[in-house]
Amino acid sequence: MDSISMETGFIIAGILFTLGLTGVMIRRNLIFVLMSIEIMLNAAGLAFVFAGSFWNQADGQVMFIFILAVAAAEVSVGLALIILIFQKFKTLDIDQLSKMKG
Amino acid sequence: MLTILFYLSATVAIIATFMVITRYHAVHALLYLVVSFLAIAMIFFTIGAPFIAALEVIIYAGAIMTLFIFVIMMFSLGTSTINQEKIWLTPKTWLGPSILTFILLVQFILIIIEDGNQASTFEVIEPKDVGLSLFTKYLLGVELSGMLLLAGIVGAYHLGKRKKNVLHRYLKMGKNNG
Repeated sequence: MDSISMETGFIIAGILFTLGLTGVMIRRNLIFVLMSIEIMLNAAGLAFVFAGSFWNQADGQVMFIFILAVAAAEVSVGLALIILIFQKFKTLDIDQLSKMKG
Repeated sequence: MLTILFYLSATVAIIATFMVITRYHAVHALLYLVVSFLAIAMIFFTIGAPFIAALEVIIYAGAIMTLFIFVIMMFSLGTSTINQEKIWLTPKTWLGPSILTFILLVQFILIIIEDGNQASTFEVIEPKDVGLSLFTKYLLGVELSGMLLLAGIVGAYHLGKRKKNVLHRYLKMGKNNG
């Protein structure tokens, strides 16, 4: 128990990613879907940082910074879209939104 | 000591993330998400990435979650929405996807474990090394992510802008007469 094996870190990242994926599939509210996507992005970043720390390279942390930038851009556009959808359809239920084509 | 902290914060992160995807109330889920991000920041600290831990707290738990809170407050979702979520989240809904993703997780863990167990003690990677790598080797990436952020700003502004109903003078007159 003196050191952390590489597998442990990847398994934790994998569990977090799987939880996020489950969230995307089981929730029907758009806000929860976006939150689950955030969880998945964060889990991917965790795997990157873990690999970088394991091999004593700074590259993993650089990749995490890029993931951070992508997450920020994605969230800003996604939330703006959610606001528009709510104003237009008065609902955030993705099943109802898929029926309103055209 | 750091190892114990690592496992502790990993457990907290997984439990908090599980709570996020099972809560009915959006604000409760969001608070659990903040706890999850703080726990992950602690993981970063224990594996020798203090700079990333600070970024996680400042940007993820700070900025991005604040955006979420603002949007949820804008909708002012009442108790009816919570009841709706309760109706939606039946075992029939979550059982299938959960089993499928669990199988994927088991496969992932098996692949990782098959490689053999390597243990390592982590050295702290200084922010200086990260910065040097970021602005020499990955300079193009920095510029590209700057462009991406600009696109994000422009996109969010364009989508969030309230459209004014502009009518031509002639049409306005016609509307008044009709």
